[in-house]
Amino acid sequence: MTYTTSSRQLDAKIPSGPLEDKWENHKFSIRLVNPNNKRKFKIIVVGTGLAGASAAATLGELGYNVEVFTFHDSPRRAHSIAAQGGINAAKNYHNDGDSVYRLFYDTIKGGDYRSREANVYRLADVSLNIIDQCTAQGVPFAREYGGYLDNRSFGGAQVSRTFYARGQTGQQLLLGAYQALLRQVAAGTVTLHKRTEMLDLVLKDGRAVGIVTRDLITGEIRSHSAHAVVLATGGYANVFFLSTNAMASNVTAAWRAHRRGAAFANPCFTQIHPTCIPQSDEFQSKLTLMSESLRNDGRIWVPKRADDNRPPDQIPEEDRDYYLERMYPAFGNLVPRDVASRAAKRMVDAGKGVGPLKNGVYLDFSSAIERLGVEVIADRYGNLFEMYERITDENPYKVPMRIYPAPHYTMGGLWVDYNLMTTIPGLYALGEANFSDHGANRLGASALMQGLADGYFILPYTIGDYLADFLGDPVVPTDDPAFQEVEDEVRGRISGYLNTGGTRSVDWFHRELGKILWDYCGMSRNEEGLKKALAEIPALHEEYKRDMRVLGTNESLNQSLERAGRVDDFFELAQLMCLDALHREESAGGHFREEYQTEEGEALRRDDEFAYVAAWDWTGNPQSPALIKESLEFEYVTPSTRSYK
Amino acid sequence: MNITLQVWRQENADRPGRFVTYQVTDIEPDMSFLEMLDVLNERLVAQGEEPIAFDHDCREGICGSCGVMIDGLPHGPQLGTATCQLHMRKFRDGDTIVVEPWRAAAFPVIRDLVVDRSAFDRIIEAGGYISVDTGSAPDANLIPVPKDVADTAFDAAACIGCGACVAACPNGAANLFTAAKIAHLNLLPQGQAERWTRTEAMVETMEQYFGSCTNHGECEKACPKGISIDFIALMNRDYAKAKVKNRRLLSQSN
Repeated sequence: MTYTTSSRQLDAKIPSGPLEDKWENHKFSIRLVNPNNKRKFKIIVVGTGLAGASAAATLGELGYNVEVFTFHDSPRRAHSIAAQGGINAAKNYHNDGDSVYRLFYDTIKGGDYRSREANVYRLADVSLNIIDQCTAQGVPFAREYGGYLDNRSFGGAQVSRTFYARGQTGQQLLLGAYQALLRQVAAGTVTLHKRTEMLDLVLKDGRAVGIVTRDLITGEIRSHSAHAVVLATGGYANVFFLSTNAMASNVTAAWRAHRRGAAFANPCFTQIHPTCIPQSDEFQSKLTLMSESLRNDGRIWVPKRADDNRPPDQIPEEDRDYYLERMYPAFGNLVPRDVASRAAKRMVDAGKGVGPLKNGVYLDFSSAIERLGVEVIADRYGNLFEMYERITDENPYKVPMRIYPAPHYTMGGLWVDYNLMTTIPGLYALGEANFSDHGANRLGASALMQGLADGYFILPYTIGDYLADFLGDPVVPTDDPAFQEVEDEVRGRISGYLNTGGTRSVDWFHRELGKILWDYCGMSRNEEGLKKALAEIPALHEEYKRDMRVLGTNESLNQSLERAGRVDDFFELAQLMCLDALHREESAGGHFREEYQTEEGEALRRDDEFAYVAAWDWTGNPQSPALIKESLEFEYVTPSTRSYK
Repeated sequence: MNITLQVWRQENADRPGRFVTYQVTDIEPDMSFLEMLDVLNERLVAQGEEPIAFDHDCREGICGSCGVMIDGLPHGPQLGTATCQLHMRKFRDGDTIVVEPWRAAAFPVIRDLVVDRSAFDRIIEAGGYISVDTGSAPDANLIPVPKDVADTAFDAAACIGCGACVAACPNGAANLFTAAKIAHLNLLPQGQAERWTRTEAMVETMEQYFGSCTNHGECEKACPKGISIDFIALMNRDYAKAKVKNRRLLSQSN
């Protein structure tokens, strides 16, 4: 497995001028579409999570003719709903020294200097509008007794800038966006296609002109045509099989767009979330995240001695190692996710793991309960504690929680320019589906911020600049050969899966793929392991194509068939992830290469060689993609070694 | 654990369904109910039988996708728990468990345990929102919301739209679902401008699809998020008022 270097150049289209004026200037200089002309443009939005629902609603409000697609039975089911902790905004309501610049700085630093300054500054800037918008929609954010908005602090920050709605912030923000979307559906500006999955992208003359979908109930393969296509289809952490993502979360829409020419950037930048419930057995279908906000009041520890099998309440203080507080006194339990995750792995690898499988660390609330009382803790985390107890049958008010890191979020994704357009003209990517703002590591409570920033406040402006060229042009009719060819390919793929007639279920292969990836491209990586994965994955993929068993027909609800295509794409993506991880000979954020670490075991970045975005072009062969580099310039923040001590 | 499952199998909306009995052996008590179904499905595929279709996604009890009748109870025997969060340790070795799709005329079966809950979206479309175009919001702290009000609004807003309330109701009514959204928005200062039009529109849309509430209270008990039927009282009060207020508003505008 090798890669080539593409001669293609990437233009990020970053506006000139001072950092704080770039977005304002850009908004003024790009072209607009006259309000009366907007309805003449048709825009397809795929996905109805925070990014997709907010984009579709806003485009509808502006008067565009929007078609929105979700494979769920309702837009409200998208996985944004499961985000617990909160959403960042630089409001400085708490007078603790926050500012747009500080949020920008924290995000650049948290991302280990692998993101674009201009994008991140814009994100921090529009964070203010997001809170205003969501509050006006009726999102019931937590309030103080005076009726004003409450905040809490989150990993990677030294200020309180996280707005939250109990432990269900994602749910409430998504319901706000979903309601705004359904208001547009009622108004007739948005047409909603439910239980409909995008299976391919259609290009004509090099531009994105539509998509091909499958109706998940009837199996109908259908073409949809538009002036522009927006993908807001989430991340790819389910490539690991066990992750905190919802069962259906997948990379298919983004990957099929990649196969049609959209570059895929930084696939090895995956985030392992430090506070998940440890795996309990082989049959486990997914891992459950416990909000990182728990680290505000919970203290993380392991027994000092390996193989200390005493129950936690019988381990006295002096035999406990509060290792994050010990190693990182300034940030303590609130170090960024990648740092906290790797520290937990080191403890478990050293034999200090806790629980029946010795695969966790303790997150202990006893001192917080002593200090604040049970009621305050119940108010802050009650629903999380209940959730934990339902799953583990243990009561965290009395017994420390057991936690361990799990794949959770993917910083990598489709490469986009400052306008959120991919390398295919007319194709946009928003939210977790793009790679843009989090660099090598995302800070807590920033995913919701980015999804809504892209959907409410960025794409609705930038898309007009592209559309302005096509005023008066009809959409490409769906009986055009461009659509028919893609439809035929999609049908061929589906009948291929149904006719394989092998012996093993799709899930079996997915689980095996996940194990390889977790072992060799998970929390820490090395050359030997990655090369091994790059040999094993294609072999397993070949076996998959030969031996998968998908029963039933295309013409009915067939959940195995749906998964067959998604897992097929995961196989190809997994190879790109490993190759990207192998080529990036440095450690940065969520990408930890064992060969590149400091004496203290911290990530060692190599800015001279790797201060770039690695965007990959599809070449037709998943084992030899083509690399395009977008170098990152730092004018305002000087890259330094991240220190959370 | 070994259990016997009686599962409703139905090929599609047009075909009659039937119960099929499966022996599920070697189940771990720490498995979730849906993981038990996953295991059964893997075994069915191995035997060449089509797996049982069921809706599910987050498996954290928040997306509202999952939900089946387990021994006649929506989401099964554990109170305040969605199907995906129910674990096999709540059952006994040797139990026979009956699994059916939601029972409600407004939720037609699509296949096996999967039903069509589109009618819920229709209710939200009728007015389950605050009309505020992106960009037109004032600063978030401009309107203080008393903590108690925000907390109560949140209690209502916690609805996950799973449909258990409808499935539990002998009349197939959606009053708890509708009331939860109405209460969330009507309690908040931001929701006042559309309070009366929203209430009338949502209630009347609800009545097009669902049965009528006769105060059985089954919905509250079935709700995995513990949403209180007090919100139905609030909805009824606002609906009665809305009838008068909306008429008056109309006469003023003429």
